[in-house]
Amino acid sequence: MSDMRTPLGRVRGLGSAREGTEHFWRQRLTAIANIPLTLFFLGLLISLNGAGFAETRAVLANPFVALVLLLFVVSGLYHMRLGMQVIIEDYIHGELMKLSLLLLNTFFTIAVGAAAAFALLKLAFGG
Amino acid sequence: MSHSPATRATTRARPLSPHLTIYRPPITMTMSIVHRITGGALYFGTLLIVWWLVAASASEAYFDFVNMIYGSWIGRLILLGYTWALLHHLLGGVRHLVWDTGVGLEKHTASKIAWATLAGSLLLTVLVWIAGYAARGGF
Repeated sequence: MSDMRTPLGRVRGLGSAREGTEHFWRQRLTAIANIPLTLFFLGLLISLNGAGFAETRAVLANPFVALVLLLFVVSGLYHMRLGMQVIIEDYIHGELMKLSLLLLNTFFTIAVGAAAAFALLKLAFGG
Repeated sequence: MSHSPATRATTRARPLSPHLTIYRPPITMTMSIVHRITGGALYFGTLLIVWWLVAASASEAYFDFVNMIYGSWIGRLILLGYTWALLHHLLGGVRHLVWDTGVGLEKHTASKIAWATLAGSLLLTVLVWIAGYAARGGF
């Protein structure tokens, strides 16, 4: 009776994965960061509504704007990856499907982040 | 055979547990579900942002092409939905951060805050779009 684990849990040998608190914490950390970053992004979009190509590029090339947008993308993507991970773990119970979707979740996040970062840096460095 | 209301009622089909057909979800439950749905929508909505950034970094022709899609009525409709999802998830997130501190968890207070996030998100969405159009001097 000293071992409260299920047989499956014993076979996997992972014990508790000890990642719950870290996941919770990072989710909150990025959530808090996202508040001012999102408000900045919304303000930027309001000010750029209807702006043409040259004007939009000039604003996005501003170092402060570029930096804040880069932080917005990184924090936002990290947050959404954590969120989607929970959704997948909640609803998908087949091991293969779950693992595949968790992989896709990370790939999607990194691909979107790389594209956004590349575009932002290209704009910032005058491309 | 008794015909009192008390025994007659037992012959009718009664809802079985968990009474989903007659259950009225509290607003906190609905807003919790909406929080997850808006989060999922925003997940794919990031593609809208990235596409716009990539277009701005590419060429004028491509930027105008993406602008044309975003500016079409269906594009605006999607962006309007994206704005609401973003603001609702943001306000819902603040609500959760407040709850994390142990404040506002009393039943009626929690319900009021849940209603406030819904009303606030709708109001802010309208304000953002009015501001967006006003910034360019008209619709």
